[in-house]
Amino acid sequence: MTKNCLKRMAVLLLCGALSLGLFTGVGLAAETIKIGVAGAHSGDLASYGIPSMRAAQLVVDQVNAKGGVLGKKVEIIAEDDACKPEIATNTATKLVSQKVDVVLGHICSGATKAALGIYKDANIIVMSPSATNPDLTQSGGYPNFYRTIASDDAQAKLDVEFALNVLKLKKIAVIHDKGDYGKGFAEFAKKFLEESGKAEVVLFEGITPGAVDYSAVIQKVKRENAEAVIYGGYHPEASKIVGQMRNKKMNTIFISDDGVKDDTFIKVAKEDAEGVYASGPKDTSSNPLNVAAVKAHRDKYGEDKGAFFENAYSATLALVNAIEKAGSTDYNALSKALKSEWVETPIGKISFDQRGDAIGAGFSVYQVKGGKFVEVK
Amino acid sequence: MSWDYFIELFLGGLTRGSIYALIALGYTMVYGIIELINFAHGEIYMIGAFTALIIASVLSLFGMHQLVVLVLAVVLAVVYACAYGFTVEKIAYKPLRKAPRLSVLISAIGMSLFLQNYVLLAQTSDFLPFPKLIPDFEFWEPYSHIISSQELTIIATTVVVMILLTFLIKFTTIGKAMRATAQDKIMAALVGIDVNHIISITFIVGSATAAIGGVLIASHIGQINFFIGFIAGIKAFVAAVLGGIGSIPGAVLGSLVLGWTESFFTGYISSDYEDVFAFLFLVFILIFRPAGILGRSQTQKV
Repeated sequence: MTKNCLKRMAVLLLCGALSLGLFTGVGLAAETIKIGVAGAHSGDLASYGIPSMRAAQLVVDQVNAKGGVLGKKVEIIAEDDACKPEIATNTATKLVSQKVDVVLGHICSGATKAALGIYKDANIIVMSPSATNPDLTQSGGYPNFYRTIASDDAQAKLDVEFALNVLKLKKIAVIHDKGDYGKGFAEFAKKFLEESGKAEVVLFEGITPGAVDYSAVIQKVKRENAEAVIYGGYHPEASKIVGQMRNKKMNTIFISDDGVKDDTFIKVAKEDAEGVYASGPKDTSSNPLNVAAVKAHRDKYGEDKGAFFENAYSATLALVNAIEKAGSTDYNALSKALKSEWVETPIGKISFDQRGDAIGAGFSVYQVKGGKFVEVK
Repeated sequence: MSWDYFIELFLGGLTRGSIYALIALGYTMVYGIIELINFAHGEIYMIGAFTALIIASVLSLFGMHQLVVLVLAVVLAVVYACAYGFTVEKIAYKPLRKAPRLSVLISAIGMSLFLQNYVLLAQTSDFLPFPKLIPDFEFWEPYSHIISSQELTIIATTVVVMILLTFLIKFTTIGKAMRATAQDKIMAALVGIDVNHIISITFIVGSATAAIGGVLIASHIGQINFFIGFIAGIKAFVAAVLGGIGSIPGAVLGSLVLGWTESFFTGYISSDYEDVFAFLFLVFILIFRPAGILGRSQTQKV
């Protein structure tokens, strides 16, 4: 008897919950188009994520000022993932439950990978301005994923070619931080170096992020007489390694990825940063759309744009454009529009290939000169 | 295999060990007295480093000499960290003096999280550049490629701090009271020792060493953020256990052993599994000497 009672109550509750969910879903979807923005908005990697949130806001403000898309206003729902895979799954679930139509994010590759499955199950298109792990597009496991940044292998290829053909190096040590992003980059760099046959990889090692001292690895680099270190990882460790190498009076060339091409790196490593090479998105600062975007950022926030700002701005433009061209936020229609339509963005005129990589977005090598990253021509 | 390389790794391990030791000393002293693993200790180290950064930035504005800045920054960092250590004990541990040990432990973890987030909110989540407070000694220039003057300073400071602490504990009245409190709190109180006072002093001394460590280490690696206390704290704690928690020479020895293990393993095998190997080694030592290298085994007080 009591069992039956309980069952009936449960069914009633379930019905109630379902109908409520249905109503709110319908009610809100009619009002706005929701763009979820996920990334590191707090924590030690916030400097990678906040610029994207601002970029999305600027684009959305502009779109809304012109009356929105498909007659609806666009709304931003920001969720923080602190660049941590274990938090990113929660972030994704939250965004899905808030019924976002598309997602701009996530920022870090590890977090993006962790979150993608959840969006895929919910048929939501995700576009990252910064997740460069090759697997995300090349594995074929995430058909809902797009990005406005070239992948690590493109970046590793560029760095390796630069080291071999411009710097003419023969002995290179490859070091990484054991993370998805850093190790992925380092493995590609090693592969390309070995395939070229022009240089020798004298060392391939992972370091522990957050350690108090890297002198043992640095001694190893020294013992192997490496002319250069190619480092895959983020700026906090990079500045420690460069600093300790210079302390040991080593002039080893340091080449790294766009995790290091961040002004915080120069701020922290100070004079030791001079001469460091890092690849990063192509300099498109003279593009008129970019100039306007940067100016809008300066007017609204009163400071300089941060990392991946242009990529995020472009991604938001591409998403809004695709929604407009597709005439709806339906998954299939959006996919088709993203892959067929070209859109003018701050990083150039872009579209997306079958795997979701942006056509028209690329990398350049930069060098720190006089406390600034300067593109190496 | 060359000797140069061996010596460089040895010195690298010595530096790393000394870094751990400066933090491990605080852990071991507090444990010796009240048998509490003070998880907030790493945060005191971090606060010391932050204080020094703020002081150094302000003083550099006035264009003071580097040595003056260093001394003032260290002194003020020590004062500040001691105040924090003292307050943490009064707020989080003293009211729980009679509570089960697990409660105090949880209080310590809570304090650690609180202090981390407090600095995160009050300061910033970014990595901040830390000025090179320790100058490059001119007389040391010819050897600085083997071991830099900063590393030398860290090693020397650890030795001095260890000697001073040993002296404090062995030969002063306070030290005598500390040893008495460590042995038996009730008996110590009966013979007229103010136990609470002694515990406060222990926290202050431990915080002072952590702050000195914080300044030197931050100056060595050139950057700080709110999270540095956690990893350094865990490693130092492991070192203290390895050496025999509660013993001061043990903390230093354990730290050096841990530093050398990591350095040689990285140098001769690979840094990929540096931590794995360091902890495996810890497990091995604890299998054969459960109380740590210099620890005295004692029956558990329940």
